[in-house]
Amino acid sequence: MLVFVIRRSLQSVVVLFAMSLLVFIGVYAIGNPIDILINPQADQIDREQAIAALGLDKPLPEQYLSFLGGAVRGDLGRSFVHSTPALSLILERMPATLELAMAAMLIAIILGIPFGLWAGLRPHSFSGRTIMAGSILGFSLPTFWVGLMLIMVFSVMLGWLPSNGRGPTTLLFGLIPVSFLSIDGLKHLVMPATNLALFNLALLIRLTRSGAHEALLQDYVKFARAKGLKNGRVIGVHVLRNILIPIVTVIGLQFGSLIAFAIVTESVFAWPGMGKLLIDSINVLDRPVIVAYLLIIVTIFIFINLIVDVLYSALDPRVRLTESKG
Amino acid sequence: MTICVGTVDSETGDNLSTVPDTVVSAAAARASRRAQNPYWRVATEFVANPVALFGLVLLVLVILAAILAPLISPQNPYDLAQLDVMDGRLPPGAPTPSGHTYWLGTDDQGRDMLSAIFYGLRISLSVGVASTVLALIIGLTMGLTAAYFGGRIESTIMRIVDIQLSFPAILIALILIAVLGQGTGKVIAALVTVQWAYYARTVRSAALVETRKEYMEAARCLALPPSRIVFRHLLPNCLPPMIVVATVQVAAAIALEATLSFLGLGLPITEPSLGLLIANGYQYLLSGKYWISFFPGIALLVTIVSINLVADQLRDVLNPRLSK
Repeated sequence: MLVFVIRRSLQSVVVLFAMSLLVFIGVYAIGNPIDILINPQADQIDREQAIAALGLDKPLPEQYLSFLGGAVRGDLGRSFVHSTPALSLILERMPATLELAMAAMLIAIILGIPFGLWAGLRPHSFSGRTIMAGSILGFSLPTFWVGLMLIMVFSVMLGWLPSNGRGPTTLLFGLIPVSFLSIDGLKHLVMPATNLALFNLALLIRLTRSGAHEALLQDYVKFARAKGLKNGRVIGVHVLRNILIPIVTVIGLQFGSLIAFAIVTESVFAWPGMGKLLIDSINVLDRPVIVAYLLIIVTIFIFINLIVDVLYSALDPRVRLTESKG
Repeated sequence: MTICVGTVDSETGDNLSTVPDTVVSAAAARASRRAQNPYWRVATEFVANPVALFGLVLLVLVILAAILAPLISPQNPYDLAQLDVMDGRLPPGAPTPSGHTYWLGTDDQGRDMLSAIFYGLRISLSVGVASTVLALIIGLTMGLTAAYFGGRIESTIMRIVDIQLSFPAILIALILIAVLGQGTGKVIAALVTVQWAYYARTVRSAALVETRKEYMEAARCLALPPSRIVFRHLLPNCLPPMIVVATVQVAAAIALEATLSFLGLGLPITEPSLGLLIANGYQYLLSGKYWISFFPGIALLVTIVSINLVADQLRDVLNPRLSK
């Protein structure tokens, strides 16, 4: 197990290294680094000073090493607009995005698994078919448009929920600002979180349904029934436990894509997270923030993939065996 | 249901052809020839599912609306001479002084929403199809190269595919737009980059299965040049799964382009796709003028759902495991 974790961590470092090289090539070699890193409003003398200060007159491999050195020390440049380090600007917005993504995942899990189980146990019933048809809609509907329609119905027509922002935040553990601890904050949170949850809700429903559908035909389920176990126990213990592995994997992997898709939801609901910061930065060409965002999100993704792989091998002994052989 | 119809057809066809001394009427012979024609089989199986047929009809209507936009639109929404700012933000069904009705209302410029949607469909569909075709060509080439040559070429290509597919499409598209800048060509480039990996992976796995089959061995024994083996023998047999993936990807590309345009990072304002129309209506939504965002969204939804319905049925019909 330990060997596997260490090997897998080393792999992640290699991928992270490769990705940093790609981002570097994308931003510094393909794009014009002077345009990207120096404020376009600066005059000629400032520009030349900045070029020298940033080392842009040096050869490319040397530039990459100093860029990498800066990144390791947490120095990802300063924002043109906010005049603060890009990294701290993003870290400031991160709790809002994480809260939104976690709330969305929670909604998807709480609704998705029971609905999927229901549809899997009664595949031919009207309710089962309705759930499946709904899940197809969940895949097809463009997220941003659903967000607009939610605002139209719940904010404009009914006036129940606020249409934008995070509402008042409370400090969790005296450190992290969160919305979900106050009623007003919850009201702000519920609509964006539901919007973000839709795709994963549909995904979890389909995954749980097909898993349950298959598990019901297995011998161990027939045997459990033959033993005279109650229906609830057969489904809760024998069926659910065996379909949990793919579900846990997908929940883990999808968490990363929730953070990425939060870019869209945050823009619709003016939620002050990192995604909205990215869009705002692209619109005003605040490039250090863009670069910092990309590096951070790539790191998050690699980290999530690593955790999912390790969890997976802990849940399924077969994976561990093949890994330790290879 | 679909599968049953197809099986019966092809079986009768086989029976008739293997029993030549049975008296067969000309009509039955024609039917059996039709049943053996793969295109005919796919077509009959496809329309046997009413939901898929509904999707196909919807899709044809959407495509017709896009192609015929200049003919069927009540006004040219981008001819400023035809627009009247005094008609701005009229609700659906409002009449005009000139006699016709704004069935879906108007936007802030006094543009008829119905016409704007027809023209928007044109742009959304053409960007979606263009990027899919380009990505298909690149993905096919990369996937076939990987499968045919194997070794280091294969592992390099597939590693790139794996890494790319571990990131969500929207993120990769945003990274590219952030690095490349905005514009129609750049949006298409971003969509192509996002999509090619799906094709490369699908065609490679199909090609790996096909390469082991006997007809490929026969082709190699005939000492045919590699390009002929790849393009005349391997490629046609890998196409069915590619058609399914391509259909799904057109819908995905249209949705992604709409999302990018909504975020203000997609197509320029001179080429207003459905996403841009929806974005334009966003600010008026809060004051209850829902139609500027609502109807383009419905058009987008109908397009995506109809393509997905068609793709679903194509997947069943083109899957050899299901039709045998």
